Amino acid sequence: MTNEDYYQLLKLLAPEWTVVGTVLAILFADLQFWRNRSVAWRSAGAALILTLGCAVAAGLLVWKRAVTADLLGGTLVLSPVSQYVKLGLLGLAIVTAWLCTEGEFTDHIGEFVALIALATAGMMFLVSTENLLMVFVALELVSLSLYVMTAFNKRSPRSAEAALKYFLFGGMTAAFTLFGFSFLYGLTGSIHLPTIAAKISWQAADPLTLVAIVLVVAGFGFKIAAAPFHLWAPDAYEGAPAPAAAFIASGSKVASFFVLGKLLSVGLPGVGGSGAWKAFTPGWLAVVAILATASLIFGNLAALAQSNLRRLLAYSAIAHAGYALLAVIGGSQPALLYYAITYAVTSVGIFGVVAVVENRTGNEAIAGLAGLRERSFLLSAVLSVFVLSLAGVPPLAGFFGKFYAFAAAAKLGTGLGYWWLVALALGASCVSLFYYLQVLRQVWVAPAPGGEGKIAGGWMVSVLLVLLAAVVLMVGAAPELLIRFLK
Amino acid sequence: MLAWTIYISFAAAAAMFLLKPESRQGARVLAVVAALAGLGVGLVGAVQHAGGGLVTIQKLPWVPTIGAEYHLAADGISLTLVILTGLAAVVGILFSWNVEHRTREFFALYLALIGGVYGVFLSFDLLLLFVFYEIAIVPKYFLIAIWGSTRREYAAMKLALYSFIGSAMVLAGLVAAYVVSGAQTFSLVELAKYPFPASFQNWAFPLVFVGFAILAGLWPFHTWAPTGHSAAPTAASMLLAGVVMKLGAYGCLRVAMTLFPEGLAAWRDVFGGLAVVGIVYGALVSLTQRDFKFVIGYSSVSHMGFVLLGLMTLSTIGLSGAVLQMFSHGVIAGLLFGVVGRMVYDREHTRDLDELQGRRLGRTMPFAAVTFVVAGLASMGLPGFSGFVAELKVLIGAWQTFPKFAVIAGVGIVLGVAYTLRAVQKAFFSGDKEDVPGAVQGGHGHGESAITLPEKIGAVVLIATTVLIGLYPKLLLDWIVPSFASPLFDGLRKGGLQ
Repeated sequence: MTNEDYYQLLKLLAPEWTVVGTVLAILFADLQFWRNRSVAWRSAGAALILTLGCAVAAGLLVWKRAVTADLLGGTLVLSPVSQYVKLGLLGLAIVTAWLCTEGEFTDHIGEFVALIALATAGMMFLVSTENLLMVFVALELVSLSLYVMTAFNKRSPRSAEAALKYFLFGGMTAAFTLFGFSFLYGLTGSIHLPTIAAKISWQAADPLTLVAIVLVVAGFGFKIAAAPFHLWAPDAYEGAPAPAAAFIASGSKVASFFVLGKLLSVGLPGVGGSGAWKAFTPGWLAVVAILATASLIFGNLAALAQSNLRRLLAYSAIAHAGYALLAVIGGSQPALLYYAITYAVTSVGIFGVVAVVENRTGNEAIAGLAGLRERSFLLSAVLSVFVLSLAGVPPLAGFFGKFYAFAAAAKLGTGLGYWWLVALALGASCVSLFYYLQVLRQVWVAPAPGGEGKIAGGWMVSVLLVLLAAVVLMVGAAPELLIRFLK
Repeated sequence: MLAWTIYISFAAAAAMFLLKPESRQGARVLAVVAALAGLGVGLVGAVQHAGGGLVTIQKLPWVPTIGAEYHLAADGISLTLVILTGLAAVVGILFSWNVEHRTREFFALYLALIGGVYGVFLSFDLLLLFVFYEIAIVPKYFLIAIWGSTRREYAAMKLALYSFIGSAMVLAGLVAAYVVSGAQTFSLVELAKYPFPASFQNWAFPLVFVGFAILAGLWPFHTWAPTGHSAAPTAASMLLAGVVMKLGAYGCLRVAMTLFPEGLAAWRDVFGGLAVVGIVYGALVSLTQRDFKFVIGYSSVSHMGFVLLGLMTLSTIGLSGAVLQMFSHGVIAGLLFGVVGRMVYDREHTRDLDELQGRRLGRTMPFAAVTFVVAGLASMGLPGFSGFVAELKVLIGAWQTFPKFAVIAGVGIVLGVAYTLRAVQKAFFSGDKEDVPGAVQGGHGHGESAITLPEKIGAVVLIATTVLIGLYPKLLLDWIVPSFASPLFDGLRKGGLQ
């Protein structure tokens, strides 16, 4: 390790530094200059600084998009794909920051926006490492920021409850993850994924390997809200301030899926076992297949019974974790990233609509959307795009994401292979159409309650929502627009 | 050229939202202009394509990573159905001239549905075909749920779920075909050449066939059809029965049968049998219905049974009969639903045959009565109308392959005469003379008005079409028959297609 290396490291991490600098800039501006301003003014100002900072970071990423690097034994690993994923994360952070301008859930909005940037920095580190310790540290940076963001609405007991649940579950699973990592280290003597991959295999190992796998997968199962590690999700989605919920559902998911996919396919390729029909053998494929099955069944069935829009989204998120796990099983990174990114864009968009509607009506029941078409055509239209995309209706991105993930899983194995899981996922998406249509039924079919006027979000939020809807439509109709960056 | 049918429809659907919400007349005019343009483009394109062979319209890489292409093409079967779609679209708009509630949204969804349907008929890439097939589902839900009548939300959800389940089955088969062939292509022509193992075909064929056939009203998966048809607003019933059910039958022929000919051979008797059951069952149930629209809804199940039976005959005469029957039923069912939904229901506000019985509609609305009688004659399969030629061809084809089925299907035709005459008699020509004054008064609400010009034009166009094809079926058959000579049907030919 020479000074040369450190210099190299600093240079390659320029986008991350920029984001960290943005955190400080927001805090400084908010504390030093904006004390006497209104919350609305400060939230817009903070969002603007974050946008500028992220735009600079994005510029740096685009400038260095072709970079490949592997520094300090896998501590920092850069590839074009990871650069593009970071670009996506920055975009999600910007949208999330602007959502803060909808609704005054706290007086300390500067800190909240700074936390968004801090979580983003954590996610950026998370996707650019192949070192277990670094994965854990970055994961904790993301998680701690998100716990605090969830608790930010001090006036709402539900926000506190949500944060506590999220934190307790999160702390517990972080311990599991670390425990699993320690087993991997004990078995192979390394925390570097490719080295682990070279050393670990069933011949050399023992049941401890399986324990390690289960613990690690459980830890990430929590982050992506896969059943049976999903229990925090409905409460967190319901109680958290809308931007916090949006970021948990979007940025955090993208980064976690990226790392999970990398960890399993780069770090543990030799101990996949099998989850094929009538050929279950121990290994992470079997564990992930079980998680996917549980998520698909539980998420979709529980969603049928929801009357609160945010809880519905939480259960739908659990179901979507199940679909995305099919891409993990299929071992197709483009399929997984396409799914995760388009899902994140859709989720952040839905939470944007939810934030505006709740802010103007104070109602978060699905029935609260009744007659939305008369109150805001724009919100109704973009919400329909997002919801139909979640339901997997072409030509929206959700359809191709599912198709790509299912095809990846179906290709694997011989004979019936993973077809049982694909068939289950297809059946589950039929079930899901029912509850997604219930949402749209309220928007387009149900009559508006009398005596309430039109609603509209701030112009910046409206512009962003339209942009997100356009992305969902375009990337769905022409998937190659996105896929070519992910290969 | 033909590709513009798709673009025009979608563009007009989007353009609806540039209109002011209150400009109903503008929405109607825009819709009818777009539909006419689609029909015009379809006709011109069809004439240019004369010969019925497979002609590529557009072929661009779409998702190169997985080998999907934006491949639009047409053969005689596509052309026939494109023209049917154009006709149904135009006439459907003429019959919904009176939609006053959220007019522009109505026509936007209507045109989006039409665009999806054109897309299905012109796609020769499986993934693309599937995308268009699914695009057509969502507008159907909203058309029924917002503008429908009896139990509309139930019927709309039922239709959407049935369609979605069907398409999930199709998607499973499609992914399977893609993975098993390993050819990195979704091209229908390429995949049709691939010899899928027989054991695979034996489960893939029923999966994809039933997936599509749900939408074609295959017994016992037909139950969405009568409820959906009767709850839908008139134009949507006309499209559902006239065009959407054909999507299903078209998918059966174009995808399931061409990709998996060996699977077809194994399952032929089963599906032929189900088709015959559908013919007789639909007719029998239709005979007992009180709701006028249910009569037509079940008759659609019965008539679509002929299409499926024709497909299972695997002879050129039966297959071309099936395609002709798709066209013919599209026109006739559209006409029947137009009369019942628009002319009768919108004026009398009831579809209950027993209630209509005393009202002597034959006297108060002679135009509707005459139209319905003509449509009924066409529906019964009287010579001179398109239904006769189509069902005759199907029966001849069936006689060669499964004579027993042909006999039973013949019974279905007789039943068809019975339920049609029953409906004609009850709705238009019954009631004792002394009941008339009171009954007529009951029937003459203040909303009642004369049959409007758009309705008359629509009815005349459809009647003219069915008569034209009935008298000169060669017009369509010259397109349809040569289509079966294309390489797409090589697999079927090996399987015994004569």
